[in-house]
Amino acid sequence: MGKYLIRRFLQLLVVSFVISVLVFMLVHLLPGDPTTQILGANDTAANRAILLKQLGLNLPLWHQYTIWLSAAFHGNLGTSYLNHESVTHILATGAPVTIELIIISQVLAFAVAIPLALVVSRKPNRALDNVSTTTTFGLLALPPFVVAPILVAVFAVGLGWFPATGYTPFNQAPITNIHEMILPSVAITAGSIAVYFRLLRSDLITTLQQDFITMARSKGLSNRRIMWRHAFRPSSFSLLAAAGINIGSLIAGTFVVELLFALPGIGYALVEAVNQRDYLVVQGISLVVAIAFVVIQFIVDFVFTIVDPRVVRE
Amino acid sequence: MKARRSGGRTLEFKDAGTQVGPLLVVDDVHTSFRTARGTVRAVDGVSFDVHEGKTLGIVGESGSGKTVLARSIMGLLPPRDVIRSGTVRFAGHELTAMDDKDLRQVWGAELSMIFQDPMTALNPVKRIGVQIAESLILHLGMDKKEAGSTAVELLRSVGIPSPEDRVKWYPFQLSGGMRQRVMIAIALACAPRLVLADEPTTGLDVTVQAQILDLLAELQRERHMAVILVTHDLGVVASRADDIIVMYAGRVVERAPTHTLFHDTKMPYTRALMDSIPRLADPSGVRLNAIAGRPPDLINPPDGCRFAPRCPYAQDKCRESEPPLRTVGSADHLFACWFPLVDGESTVPPVPVSLSAPVAPGPQSSGASDA
Amino acid sequence: MPDDKELLDTRSSSKMLANRIPMTAATDEAVLEMQSAAVDGEVLQKKPFGFLFWFALSFVGIVLFSAVLANVLPLQNPNFGHFSELNQGPSSAHLLGTDDLGRDLLARLVFGARVSLIVGFLGVAIGLVFGGSAGLISGYRGGRLDIALNAFSFIILAFPAIVAVIAIVTFWGASLFHITIILGIATIPLMYRVIRASSLAFAQRDFVVAAKTMGATNTRIVLREILPNVIPVMVTFSLITVAGLIVIEGTLAFLGLSVALPTPSWGNLINEGSSNDLLSINPLIMLWPAMAMFTLLWSINLIGDRLRQRFDLREGVL
Repeated sequence: MGKYLIRRFLQLLVVSFVISVLVFMLVHLLPGDPTTQILGANDTAANRAILLKQLGLNLPLWHQYTIWLSAAFHGNLGTSYLNHESVTHILATGAPVTIELIIISQVLAFAVAIPLALVVSRKPNRALDNVSTTTTFGLLALPPFVVAPILVAVFAVGLGWFPATGYTPFNQAPITNIHEMILPSVAITAGSIAVYFRLLRSDLITTLQQDFITMARSKGLSNRRIMWRHAFRPSSFSLLAAAGINIGSLIAGTFVVELLFALPGIGYALVEAVNQRDYLVVQGISLVVAIAFVVIQFIVDFVFTIVDPRVVRE
Repeated sequence: MKARRSGGRTLEFKDAGTQVGPLLVVDDVHTSFRTARGTVRAVDGVSFDVHEGKTLGIVGESGSGKTVLARSIMGLLPPRDVIRSGTVRFAGHELTAMDDKDLRQVWGAELSMIFQDPMTALNPVKRIGVQIAESLILHLGMDKKEAGSTAVELLRSVGIPSPEDRVKWYPFQLSGGMRQRVMIAIALACAPRLVLADEPTTGLDVTVQAQILDLLAELQRERHMAVILVTHDLGVVASRADDIIVMYAGRVVERAPTHTLFHDTKMPYTRALMDSIPRLADPSGVRLNAIAGRPPDLINPPDGCRFAPRCPYAQDKCRESEPPLRTVGSADHLFACWFPLVDGESTVPPVPVSLSAPVAPGPQSSGASDA
Repeated sequence: MPDDKELLDTRSSSKMLANRIPMTAATDEAVLEMQSAAVDGEVLQKKPFGFLFWFALSFVGIVLFSAVLANVLPLQNPNFGHFSELNQGPSSAHLLGTDDLGRDLLARLVFGARVSLIVGFLGVAIGLVFGGSAGLISGYRGGRLDIALNAFSFIILAFPAIVAVIAIVTFWGASLFHITIILGIATIPLMYRVIRASSLAFAQRDFVVAAKTMGATNTRIVLREILPNVIPVMVTFSLITVAGLIVIEGTLAFLGLSVALPTPSWGNLINEGSSNDLLSINPLIMLWPAMAMFTLLWSINLIGDRLRQRFDLREGVL
C-alpha cells in the first residue's frame, strides 16, 4: 500500500508543480497588461514603471515565478489591488461557504442515488427502474445554471418556502444557514444524483450476476445484507472514481449558485475578481482551487485502497 | 438442535439419527428458462434420492443440465424467466414449497453449496475470515469473537497453513487450491447435512484436484454429511461416489451404484463418457475417444432418444420414440436405452457417426475438455 | 488522479461477460449466462432507435437550422426594444412574448442558440482534429512519444476545466472566438485520451497485425484499419463532449464571462431573466432559454446514448 500511495503522491507533486507554472504563466504570457487595468486614468510611463517594479514584473520570468511560489508557500498569494484584502483572506472567508455547498450537495446525492440504485438493481427493467432511469437521464441535462433559476422561481419567488438570496454563517445561526443552503445545494446536486445512480445501478446489475452473490445467497444471508455487505462495495469503484472527477463540475456549479443566491463563497469572489480584472486574486484562487481538486483526486485514490484491496497489487 | 435466529422463525429439523427414509428426495424436477430464442428445457424430469452420509455423483457433459439441476435443488435460480415444477424434499421439508425467507434458514445451515470457481465465488473485497464467520454468526448465533476463532479452526481443518494469519487475507492473495479450501470451509462452517459440490475441482491442477476431493471425503466421513458431487468427469466420482447419475440433455439416462455402473454399463453415452477418461496406463499418443457432435439444442430437442444423433448404435427406433428410464434385472440400476449394452458391448452393429450427427464436431465436442 | 479513468475501464470489463451471446446450442452455463444477458435487455437484440431518438434528432436539427439561418428567417431584431410592449406574454406578434425591454423573446432565443452551437460543435471539432489524430497515432505507434503525450494529457486533465477557462478568459478577454478556441483546446487532451485508448486496443488486434505482415504502410493501417473501428467511439464521445462544452459555455455566460451582452446566448439570457424581480414579473424570460437548453442537452445525450447502445459500447469506455 505504501509504495502505491508514494507513487500517487509523487504524481500529485508533479501535477501541482505544472499547475503552478500554468497559473503563473497565465498572467504573463497572455495578451493584455494588468498594469493598464490597475492604473486606469493614471496610466503614465513613470507610474507604469513604478507599478511594474512594485509588482516585480520587470524581473526575468523564472525569477518572478520563484518569488511568487515561495511567497505562496508562506501563505502569501498577494493582495487585491481593489480593497487591499489579502488573497489568502478572501479564500479563507469564501472556502467555508463553498465547501458547505459541496458537502451538502454530495450528501444529498449519495443519500438519493445509493438507496435507489440498491433497490432498483435487484429488479432491473421493472417500473420503478424505468422511472428512475428515465428521470436521472433527464437530470443529466439540467446543469445548475438551468435548474437554479427554476428552483428560485418556484420555491423562493413563487411559494416563498426558501429565501432567494442571503447567507448567514453556520456558527451564528445553524438553522437559518441550512435553510438558506438548501436551494443552492439542491440546484448543484441534480447532475451528481444522475451520474452516481446510473453508474452504481449498472455496476450493481453486473455484480449481482457474479458467483459470489449466489454464494452469499447459498449461505442463507438476507437480501439486505447481500446488497449492502456483498454487492455494494465491489460495485462502488466507478462511483468512487466518478465522485472524484465530478468535483470539477461541482466547482463550476458552486460558482453559479453563489452568484445567483449571493453566497459569499470562493466562486463569488472569483467572478467578482474577474469582472474587476483583479488579476492577483484570480491567479491565487485558480491556483488554490486547482490544487484542491488534485488533492481530492489523491484522497479518492487513497479511499480506493481501502474499498478495493486489490488496487494495491495492480 | 442448533439455535437459529432469522426473523424469529425457526424450522425444526429432525436429528440425524431419527431420520426415516432418504435425506433428500428429488421428484420429477423440471426447470426451463424463457429466452429470446424460446424456452430452454435445461432440466427435464429428474428424480433421485440421497441418503444420510452418502455420496451421489451427477455426471454429464456441459449442457447436460447438471449445474441447473444442482441450483434447482438448492432453489438458487435466477428470479426471472424461470419455469420450474416437481418437488425437492430435504429432511422432511419440501424445499420447493418454501419461500426465500424460509429457505435462508436451510441454506448454509443444513444444505450448502461449493461452487465451481473459487475466484469468482468468493467476494473479492472481503477478508476470507469474515466470509466464513458470516454464516456462523447468522446460523449458529455466535458473537464476532467466537465466530472469528471458529473461522481459524475451520481453516485449519481444511488444511490451510497458519490459519491465524490467513483469516485476514483476501481471496486474491491465495492460490486456486487454497481458495477452494476456503470455499469448503465456508460450506461446511455450520455442519450442514448435505453439501452440493458443483464441479469443485474443475479449475484446479490435477494434483490439487485429488487433494481437494480427498479433503472433502475426509470431512464428509468425520461429519457424516451427504454430498452431491456434480462433475463432467466420471473419473472424479469413480472412487468417491456411492451412486452415480448420468445426465444427458436435461434427463437422467443412467443411474446405478458406482460399481454396477462401471461394470455393467448399459447406456452407450455412459460408455462414451468412460472412454473419454484419460488413463495413465495408455501409452502416450493414444487418442482419447471424444464424443463426436454436440449436446442437442434444448429449445428443440430431437425426437426419440436425445443421444441418438451422436450414438454409434442408433437405430430407427431410437430416432422415433424416446426410451423410458427402466430396469432390467437389478432394481437399483436404471437406464434409458432401447438397445442397452451387454457386458459393455452393443447388440447392434455400429453406424458411422458422422453421417447422423447434425452438427459438425467442434472444439467443444469432448466431454472431458470443457466445463 | 486521472488514472481513475483507467480503473473505471478495468472495473467494468466484467460487463464484457454479459455481452457474450451464446451462439451455439444451449449449455447449462450458457443458459445461466443468457439469463443474465436478458437482464440487460439491450443485449439480445438490437433495439430500434425509437420515437424519442428521432424526436431528439429533429430537435437538434431544428435548432441547428434556425441558428444557421437566423438572419434569413422572418424574425424580429433581437436587440430592438418595443417600448410599448414590455413583458408581454406570448401573442401572435411575439410568439414567445417580450422581455422587460420589449425585445422579442423568440428572436433572442434563436440568435442565442448560435453561441451554444458554435462553441459546442466547433470546440469539439478542434478537439477532434488535434486530439483525435494525436490519439490515433499515439495509440497505434506507442513508444516514447506515446508515453510523453499520455503523461501530459493526465496532467492537463487534472486541472479543473472551468477554473482554467475562467482564468484564461479573464486575461484574454471574452469573445465567441476566444471561448471557442479555449474550449476547443481544453477538449484536445480529453479526445486524445479516449481515442488513444481505443486505437491502442485495435492496434493489438489480429487484423492489424495481419495488415502489417502483409506490408501495409503505417499511414494505410491507421487510416484504413484503425480509424474505421475507432469511429463509433469517436462519434459517441464527441456528442457527449458537445453537450459538455455547451454546459461550460452556458455556465460562463451565466457568470457573465462569455459573449458580452447585448449579444444573446442561452446562458446570459437565463442569467438576465433570473434576477428576483424579473422572476416574479416575467419568469418567461428565464424559462424559454432554460427549457431550450434542457431540451437540447437532453436530445444530444439521448442521441449519444442510443448510438452507444447501437455500437455496443460499454459505458466504461467513455
